[in-house]
Amino acid sequence: MTVITPPETATLAAATASRSTAFWRLKGFPLIPVTILLFIAFVAVFADVLAPYDPQIGSLARRFKPPVWQEGGSWAYLLGTDHVGRDVLSRLIFGARVSMIVGLTAVLVAGVIGTLLGILSGYLGGWADQVVMRVTDTWLALPALTFAIFLAAIVGPSELNIILILGLVYWTRYARVIRGEVLSLKQREFVRLAIVAGCSKRVIMWRHILPNVINSAIVLATLMLGVVIVTEASLSFLGVGVPPPKPAWGLMMADGKKGLMVGYWWLTVFPGICIMLMVLSANLLGDWLRVKLDPQLRQL
Amino acid sequence: MTAVLQAEDVTKYFAGRRGLFGGHRGVVRAVDGISFAIDGGKTLGVVGESGCGKTTTAKLVLGLEDPTGGTILFEGRDLVALDAAGRRNYRKSVQAVFQDPYASLNPRMRISAVIAEPLITNETVAPDAVRTRMLEMLDLVGLPARSADLFPHEFSGGQRQRIAIARALVLSPKLVVLDEPVSALDVSIRAQILNLLRELQDRLGLSYLFIAHDLAAVAHMSHEIVVMYLGKIVERGEAQALAREPLHPYTKALFAAALPSHPDERREDVVLQGGSAEPAQSAERLSLPSALPPRHGALRQRGAGGARRRRSHRRLPSL
Repeated sequence: MTVITPPETATLAAATASRSTAFWRLKGFPLIPVTILLFIAFVAVFADVLAPYDPQIGSLARRFKPPVWQEGGSWAYLLGTDHVGRDVLSRLIFGARVSMIVGLTAVLVAGVIGTLLGILSGYLGGWADQVVMRVTDTWLALPALTFAIFLAAIVGPSELNIILILGLVYWTRYARVIRGEVLSLKQREFVRLAIVAGCSKRVIMWRHILPNVINSAIVLATLMLGVVIVTEASLSFLGVGVPPPKPAWGLMMADGKKGLMVGYWWLTVFPGICIMLMVLSANLLGDWLRVKLDPQLRQL
Repeated sequence: MTAVLQAEDVTKYFAGRRGLFGGHRGVVRAVDGISFAIDGGKTLGVVGESGCGKTTTAKLVLGLEDPTGGTILFEGRDLVALDAAGRRNYRKSVQAVFQDPYASLNPRMRISAVIAEPLITNETVAPDAVRTRMLEMLDLVGLPARSADLFPHEFSGGQRQRIAIARALVLSPKLVVLDEPVSALDVSIRAQILNLLRELQDRLGLSYLFIAHDLAAVAHMSHEIVVMYLGKIVERGEAQALAREPLHPYTKALFAAALPSHPDERREDVVLQGGSAEPAQSAERLSLPSALPPRHGALRQRGAGGARRRRSHRRLPSL
């Protein structure tokens, strides 16, 4: 015999359940990627406490030590040492800080430029729209990495310059998407009513348009984080990124690539895994946010 | 007595789509030489099928579009000639309620901010006074004071439309443009909103420009009705008289095509002769007599291509 729940009780139970469902228990929440990102962020913040050695000072006496589980490895250097005897683990820990700072601020710079220009272009239309969109087209036609190398060659490598370069290279992606959103938003009746109420264009863009495109901007930022980190690593790998001896993951891979042929695999594999994990996590989180926050972006 | 708003021979043309090689460029006559006047405390109803220029008329009155020709006078003064102060005064005196209550409230603003926005934008008022005024408006449209701190998505369509009305009235305007204010609402809510609007009109002495395709609603709300067809006014008259006895064949067809108030009620099946009602293709316009003199003259329903049963011809879309 089956017990039939009265419908009111069933809905009530469902309502209570949905209310008690916390954010992280939502369906499809990317728990592992978020944990990884939070872990990397934690490591980046507390690098000074966590790292066993100074990442920039080594000793030639203990160069090319393998990881602890390989023959010749020691517990003193868990992940081995590099060609000048610096501890790989310590460098990875400080490298997380570089990646986080460069990644987040570059995404922020790109996001602010792109969102502002996207809103101006979409809302004002006319020549402003023409100028922004033609620049965007040109930008998107340039290969991002080559363009970044070109800019880095002009201004010279430094952490701040890398952030600005990445921001300058990637703002167009925001501008495109945000402009599209704005075009549909400005047809909405609440924008017309704001005009009828006498709001100036500036007020409308600030009060009515911006808050309604912020979701899309956040989704884009998460998706861009991976791209930006890879580009930063690529630039560092090519020697036009974060200048040595700062421990950036891309730079560590570049330093270690000669050792790869003679069996010093730990110099490239560990930073490689770090980059991969961080980018993958950022992308998975971005995908989830995209579906969650912005159904219109699903086909992006 | 001067009318609150007076439109004289107002036109609005839009440039049509250009051909692939930039050749032929048609003109869409969205509004084609219409004149009307709205007196203080009165309602002018505008009816017509989709695409007849009703909404363009609303936009012209609201200043969202500039007319191609003709003049719009507000309290006897030409809108085009207004100085900055006059324009501000006009902005404050003319507000609007639009069709879709889901699109007309910014989803990111609290109700208090939505209602107070016109006030804050146009006048320098102390925050306390703004709050008092905002609560007053909520009370006026029959919403509880606790609504103020909620977001639009927490309200139903009818409640949102009440919020939209509160916002429109916060500046004590003289004229409110109601562009299909109940078309998107549930049938059971429509009467409530219409009665609220009438009550507010009586209490505050508002003038309405009421635009709709729901004839019963227009007849219920209006003092005077104008019937628009392809940008022109084809018939006008006192609301009850026009609803009871339409003269122009288009008006007859329009009324006949509306759903009867009772399912057993029989209506004449009016079919119009002619092509599609595309404003761009003026050549294919229905051959209808032009505007009738208001409420007199012979019945012209048997006029050129008038109302007659002809199965092969186009029927009006159900309204």
